[in-house]
Amino acid sequence: MSEILIKNASVCDPAQGINCETMDICIKDGKIVESVSANAKVINADGRLTMAGGFDGHTHSAGKINVGRSINPNDARKNLVPGLSGQVARTEKTRAQVGYNTPNTYAIGYRYAKLGYTTICEAAIPLIAARHTHEEFKEIPILDKMGLSLFGSNWQVMEYIRDKEPEKLAAYVAWGLKASRGYGVKIVNPGGGEAWGWGKNVSGLYDPVPNFDVTPAEILMSLAEVNERLQLPHSVHVHCNNLGKPGNYATTIETMKLFEKIKPSRDRQALHVTHVQFNAYAGTSWRDFETGAPMVADYVNGADHLTFDLGQVIFGPAVTMTADGPVEYANARMLHEKWSNQDIELEDASGVVPLFYSPKSFVNAVQWAIGLELALLVKDPWKVMFTTDSPNGGSFVNYPEAFTYLMSAKRREEVISGFSKMALDRMVLPGIDRELDFYELAIMTRSAQSKMYSRPEKGNLKPGSDADIAIYDILPGQIDPSTEYAKVKKAFSGAAYTLKNGEIVVKDGEIEATPKGKIYWVNAKVPSAIDSAMQKDIDIKFRKYYTVSKSNYMVEDAYLQKPVEITTEGVF
Amino acid sequence: MPVIRDAVCSLCGSLCDDITVTVENNKITKIENACILGHSKFVGMLEHDRIETPMIRKDGELVPVSYEEAIEAAAKILVNSKRTLSYGWCSTSCETVSGAIQLAEETGSVIDSTANVCHGPTALAAQEKGSPSATLGEIKNRADVILFWGCNPVHAHPRHMVRYSSFSKGLFTEKGRRGRKMIVVDVRKTDTAKLSDKYVEIEQGSDLLLVTALRSIVNGREDVIPETVAGVPKAEILELAEILKNAKFVCIFFGMGVTQSRSKYKNGDAMSSLISDLNQHTKAVMIGMRGHYNVTGFGQVATWETGFPMAIDFARGYPYYNPGETGANDLLVREEPDAAIIAAADPGAHFPQKAVRHLARIPVIQIDPYPNPTTEIADVVFPAAVVGIEAEGTAYRMDAISLRMKKLIDSKFKTDEEIVKDLTEKVRKLKRGA
Repeated sequence: MSEILIKNASVCDPAQGINCETMDICIKDGKIVESVSANAKVINADGRLTMAGGFDGHTHSAGKINVGRSINPNDARKNLVPGLSGQVARTEKTRAQVGYNTPNTYAIGYRYAKLGYTTICEAAIPLIAARHTHEEFKEIPILDKMGLSLFGSNWQVMEYIRDKEPEKLAAYVAWGLKASRGYGVKIVNPGGGEAWGWGKNVSGLYDPVPNFDVTPAEILMSLAEVNERLQLPHSVHVHCNNLGKPGNYATTIETMKLFEKIKPSRDRQALHVTHVQFNAYAGTSWRDFETGAPMVADYVNGADHLTFDLGQVIFGPAVTMTADGPVEYANARMLHEKWSNQDIELEDASGVVPLFYSPKSFVNAVQWAIGLELALLVKDPWKVMFTTDSPNGGSFVNYPEAFTYLMSAKRREEVISGFSKMALDRMVLPGIDRELDFYELAIMTRSAQSKMYSRPEKGNLKPGSDADIAIYDILPGQIDPSTEYAKVKKAFSGAAYTLKNGEIVVKDGEIEATPKGKIYWVNAKVPSAIDSAMQKDIDIKFRKYYTVSKSNYMVEDAYLQKPVEITTEGVF
Repeated sequence: MPVIRDAVCSLCGSLCDDITVTVENNKITKIENACILGHSKFVGMLEHDRIETPMIRKDGELVPVSYEEAIEAAAKILVNSKRTLSYGWCSTSCETVSGAIQLAEETGSVIDSTANVCHGPTALAAQEKGSPSATLGEIKNRADVILFWGCNPVHAHPRHMVRYSSFSKGLFTEKGRRGRKMIVVDVRKTDTAKLSDKYVEIEQGSDLLLVTALRSIVNGREDVIPETVAGVPKAEILELAEILKNAKFVCIFFGMGVTQSRSKYKNGDAMSSLISDLNQHTKAVMIGMRGHYNVTGFGQVATWETGFPMAIDFARGYPYYNPGETGANDLLVREEPDAAIIAAADPGAHFPQKAVRHLARIPVIQIDPYPNPTTEIADVVFPAAVVGIEAEGTAYRMDAISLRMKKLIDSKFKTDEEIVKDLTEKVRKLKRGA
């Protein structure tokens, strides 16, 4: 029975409406409790900013990132954020580390923990390649992990939609989550992955998928209905059609509107739209490209059925990786960059392309602005999750830098002063003076996630919650983030303490301990008759089309380190 | 009698996972679906000599010792070494690879895989130009043009063409072989070439010239092509380019004829560019015909654990990678290692003479189920269970799909994974003592 008492913490816990109030936090056996005995180990927070552990709900940290590593060995040596990147020799406590955008697995765990983050959600798991994702999860220390499984270009999914078999579709999604040990339904460029099987793409919500006679809109709606029928903890998680194309903000808003009619089965959003920065572009070409963020924000401000994350751009090198295969090919051709592609039989596509965001490029400057505009123009922070879509917009190790953009108009002005006039004409950021406070930042980096993913034990400091806690070397009230942003960045770059399940894993910005994290996966219950009927259909898929047998497709228990099975009851 | 279905064959990079194995009294008595190579591996379990016991070389002879004695001797070699080469690890499980990497990290060793003499240049090519690829099922279901370049699956991957490529049938390829064009580019008319619709014979070492010529044509510059390239008449190259451009879905499978001939990784680099260019006209992908059943897995595990796919030097405490300097043969030819640990590979048979001569001079630890030429120069030898038959674990197919290999029968031998773990423990103990 281990007990810890954190004394004198300046607690910022939006889930309880606590805004930097000085109080004590009691921990017992890895959970937050009301009180502890006099034997408790004492951590004196000395009035420092204390939040629940950070929760990155959309990051590419296991699976596809390995393609990024393998084609960019140069990334291993990059040390653009000292202390959080580059080559670090092994120590008695830690394994050797490399990398910046595509760190090795150990570095991912250590560095997120240093930022005070304790939970991550891998953004895309191809079902057939899920074992690989879990193998990498096993080697990412400290963090709790979950992943979203890809369903948006899946043959069985599209056939059930075409044949109007919603119950079997639900059974299939439940089975797919179980097979991949996934946490939720990810839809990437719906239908586009299948079209890319022929080197093509879909152009919008009503452009039929070749050979399958369904539209992206139908894929989205059917999977959303199934998601709610199965009462999954997370909503569908959507990467919209037309990502990265000027004018795509219209498709994004159109997609959001489609979901107005979806009734969520739980106390959370009906739709999560991911890395909206890449999907909030106005203009008709790269010549007249400009921000579409005001239009998207305007819609989001008037809607209450959705949440989104930013996909904020960080200037410098990044590595794009997505199941959106056609986008990556287009990137590689446009930028004359190396191109990796991995189409996934019967299921989806994917690609990886490195790139460089330069403040001198007006397009990149506007992209940078769009992410911030979205965060600042959307009034309710509970709708917003902070991400860089790491490492697509930039590596997660830049989160502290990005926080300063959100918290300081002066800091933004500094960056903006380096932009060309053309860039300034295409963005609205210079006219925005909103500055987030610690409370709003806590919402965007941990509290909103708790609700978005229905993980009540995460992202807050209520008694009963996991004792995943970050203490930052900041004295709220004695610091002005809008001018003292350098201090803010430093404090968020290396937590004074990070606790994971009540264990001190980071102290003074250095790794103290490297426990293994949990793996969350969802087992959605489906009536056996429906499941059996569905199994007959997929048996045919395995017999005729897949190149692995069904029994070898399912991720075995051996790959799950400290699994947490979340069961839900499907409604049939 | 127990019948085990969907067993994964641990022979080649095709990693066929539909093998049915009958086991009676802990003996494999029947094997269904396996090819001749896979079959002989399963059967070989019974027929071939195994290394029966741990051994240590004393007075020039390998003599049986206890497992603990061998672990102690091997750990001493590692602890006393200033520059250990850890090599092989491709005919074993990912779990073993992971342990081997940790051991290399803790001992400041260089770790490299058999890709050093195989598809290593494929990894380098991907670092130059990326790897435009797909899972094998995409080929099965979509490809109407399949090109085998510098590889001979009839002999090296016998079921590849039936399960994944030429003869396979899928959703958009119902006619199988009849609906497909099969092309072979090689330096000699192999048995695979004999099955093709079109065979293009090129001069040895001229792959880069032909790939470059094809790229020129695909990009609309056939005017720059001389009358013959790589020994192939221009008209034939034009015809080949037309077939590729007009396909619905092209896959180029390439083997060591591409990776280990002249121009090495530049061939793969150009091939990747050709695939990118072809995608302006059609859909095209490429897949390396990886040989050992888990050489792909070594690359995957090493990449996520160290950032690099092979030739990883831990002397600095962090991973350092510079193939050409830190590859197994680079080190051996420079006579740099003062000890080596070799598992699931046979450099004694496959490395250049100069490299083997150096290996013979230094203490060598070997982990393998079977004696091979490397055993002749080994100083500590561990017999191991055969992964995929006597031990379970993960392996990666040539298209980077991972599968769990089953344990089919019990074995008296320790698994590679256990041996590496015990060795690491002993090394830690000795280091603490010192």
